[in-house]
Amino acid sequence: MSATLSTRGPARDAVVANALSRRRQRINLLVEALCLLATVVGLAFLALILATLLYLGFSGLSATVFTTITKPPGSHGGLLNAIIGSLIQTALGTAIGTPIGLLVGTYLSEYARGSLLGEAVRFVSDVLLSAPSILIGLFVYTVMVSPFGGFSGWAGAVALAVIVIPIVVRTTEDMLRLIPVALREAAVALGAPKWKSIVFICYRAALDGIATGVLLAIARIAGETAPLLFTSLGNLNWSLSLTQPMSSLPVTIYQYAGSAFDDWVQLAWVGALLITFGVLALNVLARIVLRPRT
Amino acid sequence: MSNAITEADAKPNIGTVQTRSTEALNEPRIAIRNLDFYYGSNRALKAINLDFPAGQVTGMIGPSGCGKSTLLRVLNRMYDLYPGQRATGEVLMDGENIIAPGIDLNQLRSRIGMVFQKPTPFPMSIYENITFGVKLHERLGKADMDERVEWSLSRAALWAEVKDRLHSSAMGLSGGQQQRLCIARTIAVRPEVILFDEPTSALDPISTLKIEELIDELKREFTIAIVTHNMQQAARCADQVAFFYLGEMVEVAAAADMFTAPKQKRTQEYITGRFG
Repeated sequence: MSATLSTRGPARDAVVANALSRRRQRINLLVEALCLLATVVGLAFLALILATLLYLGFSGLSATVFTTITKPPGSHGGLLNAIIGSLIQTALGTAIGTPIGLLVGTYLSEYARGSLLGEAVRFVSDVLLSAPSILIGLFVYTVMVSPFGGFSGWAGAVALAVIVIPIVVRTTEDMLRLIPVALREAAVALGAPKWKSIVFICYRAALDGIATGVLLAIARIAGETAPLLFTSLGNLNWSLSLTQPMSSLPVTIYQYAGSAFDDWVQLAWVGALLITFGVLALNVLARIVLRPRT
Repeated sequence: MSNAITEADAKPNIGTVQTRSTEALNEPRIAIRNLDFYYGSNRALKAINLDFPAGQVTGMIGPSGCGKSTLLRVLNRMYDLYPGQRATGEVLMDGENIIAPGIDLNQLRSRIGMVFQKPTPFPMSIYENITFGVKLHERLGKADMDERVEWSLSRAALWAEVKDRLHSSAMGLSGGQQQRLCIARTIAVRPEVILFDEPTSALDPISTLKIEELIDELKREFTIAIVTHNMQQAARCADQVAFFYLGEMVEVAAAADMFTAPKQKRTQEYITGRFG
């Protein structure tokens, strides 16, 4: 059928096609090389930081770090009070911030879709997410430290909680929004009231994501220094009282790293190592606990 | 077989499908009277009148967007989840208008269950998938609950396949098994009516066959409404078939009559595959 040939449309020019193909391959190579370079640069810095941390941190690591509290320079002090202080404030900050963040995130995803108040809350939360942490420290200083006459562990925990809230809000909302409409409708179709389908179905389906958000928040506040400077201040003595100034690893690192004493600088590196490994251990643990069950 | 259509080429040809022998249609379990439905200002259902005979299967067919799924979602008030969607008219069940305000929706949905297009297992164990719905409406002891779980899984033809792994995650089941789990979960609540919204469109032919056999079993106890795009499925499963087009119900008849002697030209064109 000769007619079909003429209806095929314009023929392709093989020379042009080849030239275009070579051009594509060159661009592909170039972009690949650039990607590789970017990866190497990024990883190199990370590796350098980790190597320095491991080298300097491990060389100062000993049992006394965990058994002795901070002491004056030259008297073989440890970090016990800072470690315990950090654990307490991080735990409290997470315990206060997580439920609030969870509820706000749930409100935004499940109850406030398209509402003006929801938009406003989401905007404020996002602003808070990127607020400089020193501002949060100053805020808590103004409402908790200054009126009640003193730095305290509570103030530190609240400052950390303020950092936790927007992180948990964001991840909770994002994770709940990912849940298919069909799953919610399936729960509702069985006669489940809305709150039950949220608590028993949606939370369960979004558990991994929400938990990841909480972990991110913990990782973030475990290393925060600025919000604690104006709130729990730091304490060179042994104190578990939440109404007194409380020691913490980041603040101790901040004070020690800038000091003129070699043993203090060494302890600062150890502290940094402890925070890094603490967060790493938490992540690994969470991955094991939250791994998908079949 | 009588044939109301005179033109030879207009004789509906739906292959070797066997339609059900014409049985008398029962008394209606649900009666829809003059129902209109709106998505915002868009009128998606127009003056629908339709009876769902008790203990029988009503198939709803029609091209995409014709309103058949919308009608299904009126029956269990699923549209209430979405502001801007509203229904007017009457849907009568036991003399009560179930689309009127003031109806307890959770109780209504326990009486009118629904199975969806895609399997939607909850992210929990097979056992918990069943008990979730039951616990919403009943207080049962452990033994009674175990019995209910076995009963519903057996009725859904799934018990033999899962009885040794009731406490493992439902997400590990195959698509066909998941859909039967969803059916088990629905009948475990002991509804009076079950709505199927294209229940086999995401399944392979063997799973589809199992679900169809199941629907045939279930109609002894439940009144069933099924939306399907598959004409053969409607012919195989349904006692009564309603054809929808552009938000209107064009025709409703006993399945055998519908597929052999449709009264309306549009019905005839649709079931012979001229459009849709």
